[in-house]
Amino acid sequence: MANINIKINGMEVSAPAGSTILEAARLANIEIPTLCFLKEINEIGACRICVVEVKGAKSLVASCVYPINEGMEVWTNSPKVLAARKKTLQLLLSNHNCSCLSCVRSGNCELQVLAKEMGIDDANFYAGEKTPSEIDDSAAHMIRDNSKCILCRRCVAVCEKTQGIGVIGANERGFATFIGSAFDMGLGETSCVSCGQCIAVCPTGALQEKSQIDEVLAAIADPKKHVIVQTAPAVRAGLGEEFGYPIGTNVEGKMAAALRRIGFDKVFDTDFGADLTIMEEANEFIERVQNGGVLPMITSCSPGWVKYCEHYFPDMTENLSSCKSPQQMFGAIAKSYYAEKEGLDPKDIVSVSIMPCTAKKFEIGRPDEDANGVPDMDYTLTTRELARMIKKVGIKFNTLPDEKFDEPLGISTGAGVIFGATGGVMEAALRTAVETLTGEELKHLDFTDVRGIQGIKEASYNVAGMEVKVAVASGLGNARELLNKVKSGEANYHFIEIMGCPGGCVNGGGQPQQPGYVRNTVDIRGLRAKVLYDADADMPIRKSHENPAIKELYATYLGKPGSEKAHHLLHTSYIKRKVNGN
Amino acid sequence: MACKKVGVPFNGTPEQEARLKKVISDLKDTKGALMPIMQQAQDIYGYLPIEVQTMISDETGIPLEKIYGVATFYAQFALQPKGKYQISVCLGTACYVKGSGAVYERLQKELGISGGECTPDGKFSLDSCRCVGACGLAPVMMINDEVYGRLKPDDIPGILAKYE
Repeated sequence: MANINIKINGMEVSAPAGSTILEAARLANIEIPTLCFLKEINEIGACRICVVEVKGAKSLVASCVYPINEGMEVWTNSPKVLAARKKTLQLLLSNHNCSCLSCVRSGNCELQVLAKEMGIDDANFYAGEKTPSEIDDSAAHMIRDNSKCILCRRCVAVCEKTQGIGVIGANERGFATFIGSAFDMGLGETSCVSCGQCIAVCPTGALQEKSQIDEVLAAIADPKKHVIVQTAPAVRAGLGEEFGYPIGTNVEGKMAAALRRIGFDKVFDTDFGADLTIMEEANEFIERVQNGGVLPMITSCSPGWVKYCEHYFPDMTENLSSCKSPQQMFGAIAKSYYAEKEGLDPKDIVSVSIMPCTAKKFEIGRPDEDANGVPDMDYTLTTRELARMIKKVGIKFNTLPDEKFDEPLGISTGAGVIFGATGGVMEAALRTAVETLTGEELKHLDFTDVRGIQGIKEASYNVAGMEVKVAVASGLGNARELLNKVKSGEANYHFIEIMGCPGGCVNGGGQPQQPGYVRNTVDIRGLRAKVLYDADADMPIRKSHENPAIKELYATYLGKPGSEKAHHLLHTSYIKRKVNGN
Repeated sequence: MACKKVGVPFNGTPEQEARLKKVISDLKDTKGALMPIMQQAQDIYGYLPIEVQTMISDETGIPLEKIYGVATFYAQFALQPKGKYQISVCLGTACYVKGSGAVYERLQKELGISGGECTPDGKFSLDSCRCVGACGLAPVMMINDEVYGRLKPDDIPGILAKYE
């Protein structure tokens, strides 16, 4: 594509045709501040923080959406521009609950950073009436505090465009405008799937997960309780960002060390649960293929996706694998097999998970997730909550030694660790299913066709003389597109993997929040996914069915995959819901 | 959260539903169809309660919140039905300085509803308006076509009693 020559702050800049002023400025190492802008998601030029002066234009223009043209002259930091930005910010702050000291986002709030950069010296400059608001805590997983909302609409855009759901939007008009749901219903009354992508993109403290840090710390302090913890694969790929490590740093060893120092009695790994899921899911898939069961079979690890399926594709809940998610399988085994092995009463075990996910907070309260007469899981914290907990108890994360998970529920394989990236569950399942069906050892373990961050991926494999067609989708908008093709008959597959968040769990709604300018310029999900694929490549065992702890679990307790006991503990059921209803 | 679902019970008829579905099927593949669908739905039902907005959402695939967002943005759309007796209180300049604000407040208190709402029995709805052209009688309100002037808040219970 041809380049266009413009002048920014008097400097010659050449940028591809079709670039915005914001993009062209970036090529010249000029960073224009943004607030509402999220590339390809929220390009509405609404917040006016990114305004610049363009020669000949009758007013300041929003650089995030304004395309460049030949000979254009732009000033990004003239007194007029700086004054306009400051005034815009003062007006935003005049209707903002500036309780920064007690705000969960203090320190990584995009509004706070801008206030500092713009030199806001009086947050009460326009003190006066504020839009009345109430806190919505009706959903299982999150809290909305509109007193901190700046109406940037990033959450609205990600919910509607990326996820294809649209349960939140702008209600009323003018000063009364607020982000909420239809008829001012609480989020918990809507078809919200709890994916938490809205929280991940929120620039302020208006949206946050429902935290259970204090409950977990109280359980740890109770000597009568045996408190165990499991960590999802994606957590080790994201947690480091909260402690200043570059995006894409594997902090598994330090994470295990930190959890031990927080006081958990055992530090286990969800990767064990992932290996167990593969055993059950691969077996279920083979059974469905051989016995004429419902196909395509669709994975059920992602609780956001499961709830989406229940609301938007209720006629396809039979396609969902009956397998519980790795978190819930782990929980059920911890309170049965592990409890028996250690001589513990399941009622005395407090089972905690650390997840890149907010929908897990909804999942633990689902029906049919209590195989031992007690809930399979007691608490689930996000990656962000773990970081806060580590800081709260005074652990110097960066200087910790690398430690290992405890046995036996901390033993896992490369197949388990890739669960956290889109395509990972499919690849792990294929490694086991193919070897089971052919009875031969796989020469190449890497199913690269299903890797990568594309929203929808397809592949087909010849397995023991049968053509197995698979598809992988991440992000619920992509899931809808794929399933509509399946329903119309345009495409047909045997096995589909769906993860609710774009890119999979590494980009989950519970992962560390990165500011807009990082989200717009860095492939965060790709860097985090690479951590998991690198870890897989380094593992001595890379197939779930070769995990020695899993082998022992089946040999001494469950029998074989799909056994009656396995069914009772490790499988669940689904609900048919409505689009407009909870 | 205060949910705005509750209010006057919905009394839609099968004929109204059939008319709405026809409107939607005629329009739904047109770009920008939501506003005309909502306008015609309001013509059919008189207002846009959750039942009607949910029908529009289910038939078009447009999220309910998006429809509600449009309904609350534009003053032309009503979420509440009009009552058998439609009360409108003038809050224009002359009436306001003569104390129509207190009259409006008293009406809200007596009826147990806010402006823009309708009593659960469907009898009274309350709105404010700007000047009915009877400034000499300020403060003024109208109940359907009847004009009441030189009002004091204490006149309200007696006037409402006439409509019981």
